Amino acid sequence: MTGRDPAVTVIDCLGQRCPLPVIEAARRLPQLPVGAVLRVLADDPAAAIDIPAWCRMRGQEFLGAVTVDGAPGYEVRRAH
Amino acid sequence: MTVTATYFDAATATPPHPVARQALLAALVDGWADPSKLYAQARRARQLLDAARASTAEVLGVRPDELSFTASGTAAAHAAVLGGLAGRRRAGDVLVHSAIEHSAVLHAAERHAAAGGEARPVPVDRLGRLDLAAWSAAVAAPGVALATLISASHEVGTVQPVAEAARACAEAGVPLYVDAAQSIGRLPVGADAALPAGFVPPGWSILTASAHKWGGPPGVGLLVVRKGTRWESPYPADEREAGRTPGVPDLPAIVAAAAALRAVAAEAAAESDRLAALVDRIRAVVAATVPDVEVVGDPVRRLPHLVTFSCLYVDGEALLHALDRRGFAVSSGSSCTSSTLRPSHVLEAMGVLSHGNVRISLHRETTEAEVERFLAELPGVVAELRAQAGAADL
Repeated sequence: MTGRDPAVTVIDCLGQRCPLPVIEAARRLPQLPVGAVLRVLADDPAAAIDIPAWCRMRGQEFLGAVTVDGAPGYEVRRAH
Repeated sequence: MTVTATYFDAATATPPHPVARQALLAALVDGWADPSKLYAQARRARQLLDAARASTAEVLGVRPDELSFTASGTAAAHAAVLGGLAGRRRAGDVLVHSAIEHSAVLHAAERHAAAGGEARPVPVDRLGRLDLAAWSAAVAAPGVALATLISASHEVGTVQPVAEAARACAEAGVPLYVDAAQSIGRLPVGADAALPAGFVPPGWSILTASAHKWGGPPGVGLLVVRKGTRWESPYPADEREAGRTPGVPDLPAIVAAAAALRAVAAEAAAESDRLAALVDRIRAVVAATVPDVEVVGDPVRRLPHLVTFSCLYVDGEALLHALDRRGFAVSSGSSCTSSTLRPSHVLEAMGVLSHGNVRISLHRETTEAEVERFLAELPGVVAELRAQAGAADL
């Protein structure tokens, strides 16, 4: 994954502590059309747990973890 | 505003039982001598130590010579892991452990791995229950020296299938060490009648506990090594505590711990029922009155006194401080509350929300009124923090 896919909306939460990356993802995802993919760049170790957990609680689709230019990211597809 | 201090962190340290305070003061008067010496004061100290050991062993359903007192639950856990591995080094160098062990056990496992050994974690499910199939396969693999399982999670309260895990170990010929720190003195919800003798199902070879979890003073751990278990002290050994714990024991604290355990065991059935009902109420009301909250851990097979939940979009440290200002002492597994800034490995292993996490653990002084005050104040506290974070409408 190179992180250059134009169909993916990227938000940069690097350096932010949880729950800030999750809050930012929750703000942005509803602004995207259903089916669109949001990539959250976040290096707080809690993001690896909390973004999938947030998807589960909200019924959104967690696609998986990616690495973009050495930074950890998490991809979510808006399901509804 | 006067705030009544409400202590909800018994899983960290339980307020001393009244008999512990009495026994501690009494033992300071005539239990200060070195019990190994040959004069009257030492003989009195020896009597007190022997009586404390006999009483504690009886409550646990073990032989007195199988029980050693240690300087803490952590020291006991280190000795259990490293001594259990050392005693079985001819069988192999693999330690099998659940992914949700206490950090004391994991630190000993790290030491073992750093010394060239291997530590293999076994996963748990979303409720924090051990994956028994993975456990059985792991302990049956070649080269396993020791397996270790926490009796019940100190973070989420889920009671582990110790009897089934022990059976898998017995079939594989691998000794099982059980960290029973949260279970001693408490009955799991729905416990069967066979459990009260010892609070943990049988089948283990090594067991540890910690007195300040049951209402004894801090600074007393228990290390039980069953007869026939291969265990070798990882420390320079002396003649104390059957060669398992070096150094003069803290006799007044041990006497107090033993007295507290006897009292707590006598009250365990009634207290566990009472606290389990309060926890049921917390589980139900928090889920109903706080939006976007995840109450975690097994709702059925659990410790009676402990409940954990995570609040979406809430910073765990801010929540702890807000509750502290309102007179509630609670614990958290959120990363911002740990010195390492990493989330709890238990919540991580379960795959549940780790931020906004609160652990409530009750004790014999907890009143229904305290629980009701907490339940009345929590929704407002969470709503305020979400509003501050701009997350009220997400």
